[in-house]
Amino acid sequence: MARFPTVWERKAAVSRDRRRLRRPLATLIPHLLLALVAFLFMWPFYWMAISAFKNLDEILSPNIVWFPKVFRWSNFGDVLNYPGFPFLRYMVNSLMYAGSVSLGTVLSCSFVGYGFARLRFPGRNILFAFTIATMMIPTVVTFIPTYVLFRHFHLLGTYAPLILPSFFGNAFFIFMLRQFFMGLPWELSEAAKVDGAGEFRIFWKIMLPLVRPALIVVALFSFVWTWQEFFQPLIYLSNPDLFPLSLGLFAFQGQRTTDWQLLMAAGTLTTLPLVVLFFAAQRYFLAGITMTGLKG
Amino acid sequence: MAVTARSTRRWRGSRIRRREAVAGLLFVLPWIAGLLAFTVYPVLASLYFSFTDYNIVQPPNWTGFSNYTAIFTSDTDFTNAVQNSAFYALISVPVGLLLSLALALVLNLRARGIGLYRTLFYLPALMPPVASTIVFLMLLDPSHGIVNTFLTTVGLPAPGWFSDPSWAKPALILLSLWGSGTATLIFLAGLQEIPQTLIEAAMIDGAGRWQRFWRVILPLLSPVVLFNLVMGVIYSFQVFTQAYIVGHDTGDPVGSTLMYMTLIYRDAFKYFQMGYASALAMLLFVTIVTITLIIFQVSRSWVFYEGEQRNV
Repeated sequence: MARFPTVWERKAAVSRDRRRLRRPLATLIPHLLLALVAFLFMWPFYWMAISAFKNLDEILSPNIVWFPKVFRWSNFGDVLNYPGFPFLRYMVNSLMYAGSVSLGTVLSCSFVGYGFARLRFPGRNILFAFTIATMMIPTVVTFIPTYVLFRHFHLLGTYAPLILPSFFGNAFFIFMLRQFFMGLPWELSEAAKVDGAGEFRIFWKIMLPLVRPALIVVALFSFVWTWQEFFQPLIYLSNPDLFPLSLGLFAFQGQRTTDWQLLMAAGTLTTLPLVVLFFAAQRYFLAGITMTGLKG
Repeated sequence: MAVTARSTRRWRGSRIRRREAVAGLLFVLPWIAGLLAFTVYPVLASLYFSFTDYNIVQPPNWTGFSNYTAIFTSDTDFTNAVQNSAFYALISVPVGLLLSLALALVLNLRARGIGLYRTLFYLPALMPPVASTIVFLMLLDPSHGIVNTFLTTVGLPAPGWFSDPSWAKPALILLSLWGSGTATLIFLAGLQEIPQTLIEAAMIDGAGRWQRFWRVILPLLSPVVLFNLVMGVIYSFQVFTQAYIVGHDTGDPVGSTLMYMTLIYRDAFKYFQMGYASALAMLLFVTIVTITLIIFQVSRSWVFYEGEQRNV
């Protein structure tokens, strides 16, 4: 016996038909908007990179110059050889600075995160709750006394104040690594303990390698954030030879305020390592962003 | 015999426990030390310094509330900085949130090409702030910048951007919006976690597009929204780098870009008035924490955590 379509089936069919007609238009508009917004986002980036190859007149001209007549690689040469602003040294400084902070962060946060996750000790829960609370503390209130502290130890003007704290942990990454360590099976450490392994061996030889992807994410993000850091080097470093790229670029801009072609070349040099890093480790970046937002 | 075996077991158990506790404390020792040195001490010291006159060379000199009274009665830069920072925060945070949420929603519709779009939106956020600020200085240059060139070509008014006191802060806000990529990707990740079955169930129940968004997607996204909101507020009230590069110590032009952090930096590290700067810092600290707590309190009514029972 034939069945009449139910109310729901009829409604679904109608809306399906309507959607089929509307689909081309309805889906086209958001896609166009998306393409437009993506263009707006990318275009300043492109403009910086392409302006680095122009001569100043092309940048200043009232006509929009999409492509320079000649690719002036010499802009980069001028920047790298610019008297008084050793950009190669700035880059080495940045590498050392970001690399050291990255290392310190990974080491300290993995130890601490593991302790919170897998080891029972008195006061653990209170300490962890306090750790979470500190994530909400604005750093504005720590700058001045920390500066005073480092001055007391005659460490002003060096990278010590910039690098040392990273070896003492970072609430955010501790939280993240704790999550990862908690996800590892308990049987693993139980079995190792039965075999007579001490806590440190279990941590170093078994647990740590198992969270390698998370460690890479921690290393990556702390490297990137340190590379971008401006305020800390500003207050602690005074010797231009020690400047990282962020500070060097700032000083350069202060001197050659409108030599846009040089500034763009310098800006490109400052940004390029991060872009390369991104494309090399894209997976980890995207995974890390997910962890950042969702576990919060 | 049984008694002996039981007591031996209990004794051995507590020794293992103690070894684990010692190990645990050793593992977190760096963090405890770090907390004391870089969080507990600074917060307490800031409070103390704020009641003193401290130029860092000589020991701090107790002056009571005089720093605070000076801030509220005779510091015009303070009033200016508060207004600037409030303007910047109150506009850049909501607009940034809306923009990243909208982008994430549209990105979520499109399966193909999503990788490319994700990269395009994220790369500007990856740029060091010094570099991105300088790029915007060039783009928004009133006479030679490409933006004004374009605007005049199509016949629109070309504002002075960073040279015009009324446009400098909007320009800074534009710069902050350019960095919305991170928040967008976080929202996108949150959206992708929403099970398709829930959306389909809503569709079967006859929910329209708007209803699906408002009643299903948004509540499930609310923890992510809360996270981005709190992070955005904490960050925007402490913005420094971009404002400092544009306006330096005086917040050029005409103090319009003088942000609160610039004020603290200047008073502490240029004028070496550490006590006064600490008072400024304490005020900002209390403000941010209060706002954060208010947000958390209000969030109880609109944030929905999975697995929660609610009487709606």
